[in-house]
Amino acid sequence: MSNRKLFAFIPLAVFIVLGIFLWRGLSIDPTELPSALAENKRPIPAFELPSLTSPDQMLSNEDLKGEVALLNVWATWCPTCKEEHGFLNRLAQDEGVTIYGINYKDEPGKAREWLRRYLDPYKKVILDQDGSLGLDLGVYGAPETYVLDAEGRVRYRHAGAVDATVWQTLKQVMEQVRQENAG
Amino acid sequence: MIKHVCIWLMLLAPLSAQAAIDAYEFSDPEREERFQQLTNELRCPKCQNQNIADSDAPLASDLRREVHRMLEEGEPDDSIIDFMVTRYGEFVLYRPRVTETTWLLWYGPFVLLGIGVLVVVLISRNRRQKQAAASSTGSETPTGYQPSEGLSAEEAERLNKLLQREKDQ
Amino acid sequence: MIDMMVPELGEYALILALCLSILLAVVPMVGASRGNELWMGFARPLSKGMFLFTLISFLCLSWSFLYNDFSVVYVASNSNSALPWYYRLSAVWGGHEGSLLLWALILAAWTLAVAIKSRNLPQDIIARVLAVMGWVSIGFYMFILFTSSPFERYLPGFPQEGADLNPLLQDFGLIVHPPMLYMGYVGFAVSFAFAIAALLSGRLDAAWARWSRPWTSVAWAFLTLGIALGSWWAYYELGWGGWWFWDPVENASLMPWLVGTALIHSLAVTEKRGVFKSWTVLLAIFAFSLSLLGTFLVRSGVLTSVHAFASDPERGLFILIMLAVVIGGSLLLYAIRAGQMRSESSFGLLSRESLLLVNNVLLVVSCAMVLLGTIYPLIVDALGLGKLSVGPPYFNALFVPLMAIMLIFMGIGVTSRWRQTEISQLVQQLWLPGVVAVVLGIAATWLYSGELQHWVTIGIVLAWWVVLSGVRDLYNRLRHRREKLAGLTKQSRSYYGMVLAHLGVAVLVVGVALVSIYSEQRDLRMQPGDSISFREYTFIYDGNRHVEGPNYTSDQGQIRVLRNGEAYTEMHPEKRLYTARGNVMTEAAIDPGFTRDLYVALGEPLEGGAWAVRVQYKPYVRWLWLGGLLMTFGGLLAASDPRYRKRRVATAAA
Repeated sequence: MSNRKLFAFIPLAVFIVLGIFLWRGLSIDPTELPSALAENKRPIPAFELPSLTSPDQMLSNEDLKGEVALLNVWATWCPTCKEEHGFLNRLAQDEGVTIYGINYKDEPGKAREWLRRYLDPYKKVILDQDGSLGLDLGVYGAPETYVLDAEGRVRYRHAGAVDATVWQTLKQVMEQVRQENAG
Repeated sequence: MIKHVCIWLMLLAPLSAQAAIDAYEFSDPEREERFQQLTNELRCPKCQNQNIADSDAPLASDLRREVHRMLEEGEPDDSIIDFMVTRYGEFVLYRPRVTETTWLLWYGPFVLLGIGVLVVVLISRNRRQKQAAASSTGSETPTGYQPSEGLSAEEAERLNKLLQREKDQ
Repeated sequence: MIDMMVPELGEYALILALCLSILLAVVPMVGASRGNELWMGFARPLSKGMFLFTLISFLCLSWSFLYNDFSVVYVASNSNSALPWYYRLSAVWGGHEGSLLLWALILAAWTLAVAIKSRNLPQDIIARVLAVMGWVSIGFYMFILFTSSPFERYLPGFPQEGADLNPLLQDFGLIVHPPMLYMGYVGFAVSFAFAIAALLSGRLDAAWARWSRPWTSVAWAFLTLGIALGSWWAYYELGWGGWWFWDPVENASLMPWLVGTALIHSLAVTEKRGVFKSWTVLLAIFAFSLSLLGTFLVRSGVLTSVHAFASDPERGLFILIMLAVVIGGSLLLYAIRAGQMRSESSFGLLSRESLLLVNNVLLVVSCAMVLLGTIYPLIVDALGLGKLSVGPPYFNALFVPLMAIMLIFMGIGVTSRWRQTEISQLVQQLWLPGVVAVVLGIAATWLYSGELQHWVTIGIVLAWWVVLSGVRDLYNRLRHRREKLAGLTKQSRSYYGMVLAHLGVAVLVVGVALVSIYSEQRDLRMQPGDSISFREYTFIYDGNRHVEGPNYTSDQGQIRVLRNGEAYTEMHPEKRLYTARGNVMTEAAIDPGFTRDLYVALGEPLEGGAWAVRVQYKPYVRWLWLGGLLMTFGGLLAASDPRYRKRRVATAAA
């Protein structure tokens, strides 16, 4: 009857495997979504939208090419965006990081006032009032920060505020992307 | 304290589980039906496990608008689904695509069913064989009532049958 | 002064309960293995003490809620002084910490019930059973006291007013659904305890199955009721007429139910025939393990769900360790001891035994499928293969065929005989019910809808099949009696329980088939005067009215409903604004009926004084919950069978 004895251990074995997956699951955030565009190194979607700061000027995806940069999605109705704004200012000023902004589903007047008050780290800010660019990018909440390469392709997305720890990861990605281009 | 705040927020979370009703017009009832089916099978990327039909998150509302737009433009279901997957990934499909990654998911239960049926057949056969072996060697002791002074062989058999039937109820 | 101490009293009572549970887990268990009667005798009093102190703790928390003690963090997060008293009391289990205390209370209550109602069990068995329940209780008390105490206080300053109970929970559903559900979940701990006791003592016989059965049936009945209540609550509360979403939390309750159903059937076989012993023990372990797994899934943040209580990985780790000890330990014990069990008899390929085995296989495979689908996203993510979602399309696609197959076998199994059934006999019994079921099913479907949609037809034919094969079985039982009516009273309660429960399944299937395919829904823009019709009903929108409630204000829609052109009823869907938290909630208006529900919900106001309105026609939706109720009563009826109570036979004086 030794076969039967071995079969009796199967439930335990299955449970152990399940337990390992559950344990791994504790360190995974199920709500975090990687960017579908970043996974496939897709170019930033084609768009033609006005600039927030100079409304008669139109911006397109061509304007986001040329260098490795960050693309930050923000809005005045998003409290976390305010929290990370100070850090973005420092990045732009002290570290010379190029940051583009997308003002997402917001009121342009309020947004301009906000930038005047809290300073503007963005090289260019795209006004995306109805969220169409956000939709094409796969934005699912604010704030989000993308890493773009010199050819305007999406390489990475971080959902949530950017702080010192997050910046380390972003910096690494940006370095990697730069090296890829150089090599 | 932070932990407690997070718990408050968690309890607030189901609040987004409210009816999201847009009054979209459709050029024919078939498109409306497809709209209902598509929005039921597409997941809201932001919400806590809701489809875009039932969620009242602004993002869900935007996605419903897109689905409506594409349906009215005459797009087939497949390209609407591809549109969503291109932007949000496979995560947004409640019906996972059948790929190598999901073979276990889609076919596993049937394999398990097959194994289960096999086990049932084997066990029953095994038992019956053992029973047959036992009775053929004559080692099985007779059970039930035996013919004796008060019972003829025929009566004993009838009695056993009746008792068996009662037992089986 | 005393009120200031009440939460502390609650905490201390819980600590005492923990101490008693530790004693309960150890002393009688050691006593049983040593044959020490004194030590075994401690099991009952310890169980009573454990219950008493858990009850005190629960009452203390209820007191804090009832008297608005906002110095207690949990009370402040979940209550408000404007809340009506019955919601203040049910808010006790409205959040993570309090619901765990409810779990612990119900576990202690089941332990008490087993302690009291088991006079006729051998002492070592009862000692072991209660000790195992003590083990499980230790885990819960420790979890509460170390990570999730509802008695934590704000010190020194505390809020003047509470944050209010989530308005979605301010409902009758909160009062009944969690307690009933937990009665079921936790009740499986009893059959689990019996199984472990049997493994430990090495005594696994028909007597063990007979003792376990009523406890298992009652737990199953409560779980069925809890799930049905949850479905009903979601239906009228959430505003879009859905009744099952295959959400992880819902699956967490369905999985133990599926295995529990298999367990009830398997116990019947073990009791009557002495076979399937080790399989039944394994099922008992699985059923409770799935309850515990459900607790983990819902509170650890591992899966996203609208119903999730908490998403704290730290707590998740604690529960996972508890799972490892309880489930891992019991499965290890099973693996070691299972080989010692011998079957008492044999059975043929076609017999009641093998057909019940088929039932078990189908139920366990369905449960495995639900488990697989629920955690698949987690597995794929943990393996670094990306983020996937598995939802209703998957579950429905697999569950429905599996259940359809099961319904077919249900009909065959009911009329089968133990040990050996000849095919010819089955065919002779069942050909008529089969043919009539097909004819009636097709006729009923055609009459109802004017077409033969395949799933609906299959569903209704199968429902008729279950009913008619049951009738055939009853006829067989009465056939040889001279007085048929007297024969009806001679059938056992256990039998009628089965009949009722199977009838419940048939009713449920009809409801599912019709409401899934023939529901009608329209979302439209309505201005005062606009109307829409479904079947014989016409809904006319007459605008909104402003209404003030106890803790909310609302826009109430005025909808007149005509039936065949004549005035029928009025419906009042609402859009409420709750003042405390400032949330907006939709209260759907439902006109319930035996053969259909009318369902109206308000959306957002649109321009021009119009509103977005959702109107739905839901045929036979009430049959879902009616089926659930029938199953519940069936389970309770079967458990009340007097043969489970050993009658004390008066012995004549020698």
